[in-house]
Amino acid sequence: MDWKTILFKIIKNLKQYILLIVLVCIILFFQKVTNGTLLKPMNVSNLIFQNAYVVIMAVGMLLCILTGGNIDLSVGSVLALVGACAGTFAIVRGWDPHLSILLSLLIGIGIGIWQGFLIAYMRIPAFIATLAGMLIFRGFTLIVLKGLTLAPFPREYLAYSTGYIPDIFEGINLFGVRNTTSLLLGILLAVIYCIVQITSYNSRKRKGYSVESPYLLGIRLVVIAAGIIWLFSILANYRGVPMVFITLGIILIAYSYFTSSTVAGRHLYALGGNEKAARLSGVNTRRLLFFAYVNMAFLASVAGIVFSARLNSAAPGAGNGFELDAIAACFIGGASATGGIGTVGGTLIGALIMGILNNGMSIMGIGQDWQMVVKGFVLLAAVAFDVLSKQGIITEFISRIKRIYFSAKRKGALAD
Amino acid sequence: MAKILLEMRSITKEFPGVKALDNVNITVEEGEIHAIVGENGAGKSTLMNVLSGVYPYGSYSGDIYFDGQECRHQGIKDSERMGIVIIHQELALVPYLSIGENMFLGNEQQRRGIIDWNQTYKKAEEYLRMVGLDENVHTLIKDISVAKQQLVEIAKALAKNVRLLILDEPTSSLNEQDSQNVLDLILRLREERGITSIIISHKLHEIAYCADRITVLRDGRTIETLDNRSQEVSEERIIRGMVGREMTDRYPKRSNTIQDEIAFEVKNWTVYHELYTERKVVDNVSFKVRKGEVVGIYGLIGSGRSELAMSIFGRAYGTNISGMLIKDGKILELDSIPQAIYNGLSYVTEDRKESGILLGSNIIHNITLPRMDFVSRKGKIDKDLERKVAEKYREMLKIKAPSVEHYAGNLSGGNQQKLLLGKWIYSKPDVLLLDEPTRGVDVGAKFEIYEIIHDLATQGKAIIMISSELTEILGMCDRIYVMNEGKIIDEVPRSEATQEGIMNSIIQANKGGVEYGLENYTV
Repeated sequence: MDWKTILFKIIKNLKQYILLIVLVCIILFFQKVTNGTLLKPMNVSNLIFQNAYVVIMAVGMLLCILTGGNIDLSVGSVLALVGACAGTFAIVRGWDPHLSILLSLLIGIGIGIWQGFLIAYMRIPAFIATLAGMLIFRGFTLIVLKGLTLAPFPREYLAYSTGYIPDIFEGINLFGVRNTTSLLLGILLAVIYCIVQITSYNSRKRKGYSVESPYLLGIRLVVIAAGIIWLFSILANYRGVPMVFITLGIILIAYSYFTSSTVAGRHLYALGGNEKAARLSGVNTRRLLFFAYVNMAFLASVAGIVFSARLNSAAPGAGNGFELDAIAACFIGGASATGGIGTVGGTLIGALIMGILNNGMSIMGIGQDWQMVVKGFVLLAAVAFDVLSKQGIITEFISRIKRIYFSAKRKGALAD
Repeated sequence: MAKILLEMRSITKEFPGVKALDNVNITVEEGEIHAIVGENGAGKSTLMNVLSGVYPYGSYSGDIYFDGQECRHQGIKDSERMGIVIIHQELALVPYLSIGENMFLGNEQQRRGIIDWNQTYKKAEEYLRMVGLDENVHTLIKDISVAKQQLVEIAKALAKNVRLLILDEPTSSLNEQDSQNVLDLILRLREERGITSIIISHKLHEIAYCADRITVLRDGRTIETLDNRSQEVSEERIIRGMVGREMTDRYPKRSNTIQDEIAFEVKNWTVYHELYTERKVVDNVSFKVRKGEVVGIYGLIGSGRSELAMSIFGRAYGTNISGMLIKDGKILELDSIPQAIYNGLSYVTEDRKESGILLGSNIIHNITLPRMDFVSRKGKIDKDLERKVAEKYREMLKIKAPSVEHYAGNLSGGNQQKLLLGKWIYSKPDVLLLDEPTRGVDVGAKFEIYEIIHDLATQGKAIIMISSELTEILGMCDRIYVMNEGKIIDEVPRSEATQEGIMNSIIQANKGGVEYGLENYTV
């Protein structure tokens, strides 16, 4: 791979990189203005707990948006209803927490099947079907909870989300960290990542496919491995790796793989890119749309469990407005409002930008009122950038400024 | 010499990375019909967009003089005020508004923002009569045929007191008769009202018929201006200017590749309209194709030819489909598109942008879409293999792109069409249904596509080629079916086929059958 193709790749992925750069800038900015509070181990841990459920829902939302700009407005209500069901099972009925979680997830999937059927097979516009769903499931939440808040959940219920992975090496403080297991886990993951990358590099080389230069591979591996270990070492200095971090990681990796490397994932992009062409190329467009909404409800249910565990209660008002956070994360992360464009990685970054803005501004003591204003403008700016760059308005603008500048210069030269 | 109405001097327009127009000069005399021809990407549309103000003054270099005045259009409104009106290839009419409302859209008959409807419809009627269209002005646009919509567009231009009418591919979606009608109207408007026209078209015989002078563009440059006032410029002469070399043959030499074995047969195929389920769109059609044979289905828009092809292709269109499909001697039951693909059928769609390719995806993703199973195992895509496959097809079909990661939307029309063909060749079909395989493609790329089709026939594939270009059908097909109003009305071997004969059989069928309504068929 020569520098030209590398440059081409960078330009092609520029948008993704811009997002990453923006994220890093935001982190550095808040790190500075909060005097380092932002990246303190406890706060990083908090950030994960605060944003896990938004990221989980945003991933599901991404798949819906990919199918053609369809969104799901009901996810906040689904989250609340699933939490309410879990609360009823585990607290009121006193059933086994695992069983309660499983049943609640099944209820979530059932909701997905209902909405998917309406949207994919009855051809009801997604916006309307899910707007109705938002009302219906919020109503059911109130009915199930009789308007009351249920608390507290049994300890086992909380383990999957608010718990930390147990420290098996308690007492041994490797490199002076508090939780050695977490650090070792980070190192292990970094090593696994390197091994996987190197194996695939070798097998591609053996098969005679084009590969990147070994130096580039080396740099990439070092940077990413160092990043993983750094993050885990921060967590290791607090109470260790939160369980929800593991759940989140699995979801992100699985969906990232699904969208980029599987036939079904590819079909999803094709459907959003051009529905007619996809259908005439043998893509089962209805089944895909159905799947996207079933999956959305499933992930909303997972988020419901995580969220109820974090609050340690099932409240009737839970998840109000969360659908908008999830949608915003997708669009900030570069998803196209018409479908067919967007990545899991971008969505994660989008959610992190929102999450860090929230967290950073809260630490600074900025009120909810101004936080909303700022977040609104960030969303607008992200989408405006996307739209403008697509229409070539930015390049047009730059060339116009250039023209004015040069003609002014010419005139100036003449005047001299 | 007549008065010069329009002069465009050394127009240069650059887009990031490409010079779309390079020092183009053109003069149009008053009362003239001036044709602009060139291959796709030669810069015809860009030039017209510069003239009409779509690209504002300052975004290009060069000067435009209209009626002796220098033009510095900031937008379409400015050019329209001077009497320059452009009618784009994709008609700009609102389907759910009436003819009258459409005609004065943006040019409302109003006083202080209140529309005078009486005035609107009275004037609309006048202009309709002027273009010879006998329709109620209250009829909705969606209820009239494309041919009539084209006339409404011209009437709309007249309502703006047009002096220079620019028509971008005015006949691209019309049949021969309606095309003739439009061309005659342009000639008549010149005689009666002195309207000057610029016409852009790929149909060279039409240009030879109506243009006074012909300007040839190639690669963003003016090549030459031919004088056709005495009607002596031949199509071959125009083509030579367009492609820059002599094109002795417009069709590749077709050797006999027909094998005896019948590859695909359709028997008593009947299809009803998807929405108006009582309307038959395909009526008891039977035909067969041998291996290595190129069979043409000629029919005008609305004859049911695309509906026929789509309904065969895994019931992608229509309701209440009956009939029998036989492939290699076995009856085929196709209920879905994937089934059709897996059974060796492929359908190259008519409209590549709308239903053919994914403009926002790269070449790789486009090529492999119909048969992801060739490049995946247990649902996991082998991306390296995929890339290799795409490289192979890009090379084979000579798709001009810097790499296979290039987006389909950034390819030229001809290359998009080749990509569309490539995607379906990749799916390893035995029977190919090609629906207008060269629509909107320039002469050079057309020839390449014909060669690809010929190669496929040589490999023993059965090819069904649907086209509304008679010369293409005559030039490429071994046998021709003529389709009209959902029925196959004639079957002619190539040796006996003539343009007149085929047109005649359609006219005969129309006389014998339903008198009117041919063009009211819309999908």
